[in-house]
Amino acid sequence: MTDQTALFEFLLRLGDNTLVLGHRVSEWCGHAPVLEEDIALANIALDLIGQTQMWLGLAGEVEGAGRSADDLAMLRDVWDFRNLLLVEQPNGDFGQTLMRQCLFDAFHVELLTDLTHTSDDRIAAIAAKALKEVTYHLDRSSETVIGLGDGTEESHRRMQTALDLLWPYVGEMFTLDAVDEAMHTAGIAPDLTALRSRFDARIDTILTEATLTKPDSAFAQSGGKTGFRHTEHLGHMLTQMQWLQRAYPGATW
Amino acid sequence: MKHEWPLWEVFIRGQHGLNHRHVGSLHAPDAEMAIKNARDVYTRRNEGVSIWVVEAAHITASSPSDKGPLYEPSESKVYRHPTFFDIPDEAGHM
Repeated sequence: MTDQTALFEFLLRLGDNTLVLGHRVSEWCGHAPVLEEDIALANIALDLIGQTQMWLGLAGEVEGAGRSADDLAMLRDVWDFRNLLLVEQPNGDFGQTLMRQCLFDAFHVELLTDLTHTSDDRIAAIAAKALKEVTYHLDRSSETVIGLGDGTEESHRRMQTALDLLWPYVGEMFTLDAVDEAMHTAGIAPDLTALRSRFDARIDTILTEATLTKPDSAFAQSGGKTGFRHTEHLGHMLTQMQWLQRAYPGATW
Repeated sequence: MKHEWPLWEVFIRGQHGLNHRHVGSLHAPDAEMAIKNARDVYTRRNEGVSIWVVEAAHITASSPSDKGPLYEPSESKVYRHPTFFDIPDEAGHM
């Protein structure tokens, strides 16, 4: 694998994570339990879609095949997506959405922090801009996880159920493959093992405060970031997200 | 609706403004979330650099029905306005 191919893959992973999660979160628009949360979730979704434009825009440049961020987002099918399985999981109830968000945010903050001093200036610039947004995302999601986990009997039960359901998707964030190794050697990607210990420290603090119990299992689902095998949910999501381009190919406005 | 979160009044200091201004209200479970909600609801378009929130229940307001006794007496007291002084030229515009 050339460095250029690895870099393209690496950027797709970054951009597909934010795209898929951004779309998922946007599904709450108009449906959140209270107006304040509705707007907050829409803001987060828009932040993530904005980051997607930067990551996929750069991915298109690196690929050099003339594909724009829009082309990459709207004209690829399931097997071309490189997002983590975690972010494509359905919203479930509000607690499940926020648990997914918190787990991803805790990873995202650490990843972007490292990327701000990467050897590639373009990546460092995008990471610096995104990090400010994502720091707030984590602030908000962790506080909500704590509030609901350490809330009523029902909210606690729902948060524990969400954690148990989503925990098997955490391991994939730190699973190394050839792309990660090539990017780490090139001085671009961070050391995922060191990142994991920072992630664990953050999550442990949050879960303790939330009175939630971290599942005692290291089992990790995989296949999202390599594109080997996504869960069945991504294809359904894409039929919504890409509906317009599928029904009216090439449509613009 | 007794399970509803308390209401908070939101005050925001704009980019160039000096004072916090009341911009509206929202619901939140506690003060910290009220700040976050205010950030999301009221500063999306770069409106502010500082946020205050106060639980609406903690605001004591004058009653509209007391308008007469409270405010009307001052209407006839023009001498409370400092408009009867000659300002010396050296003082310039005030």
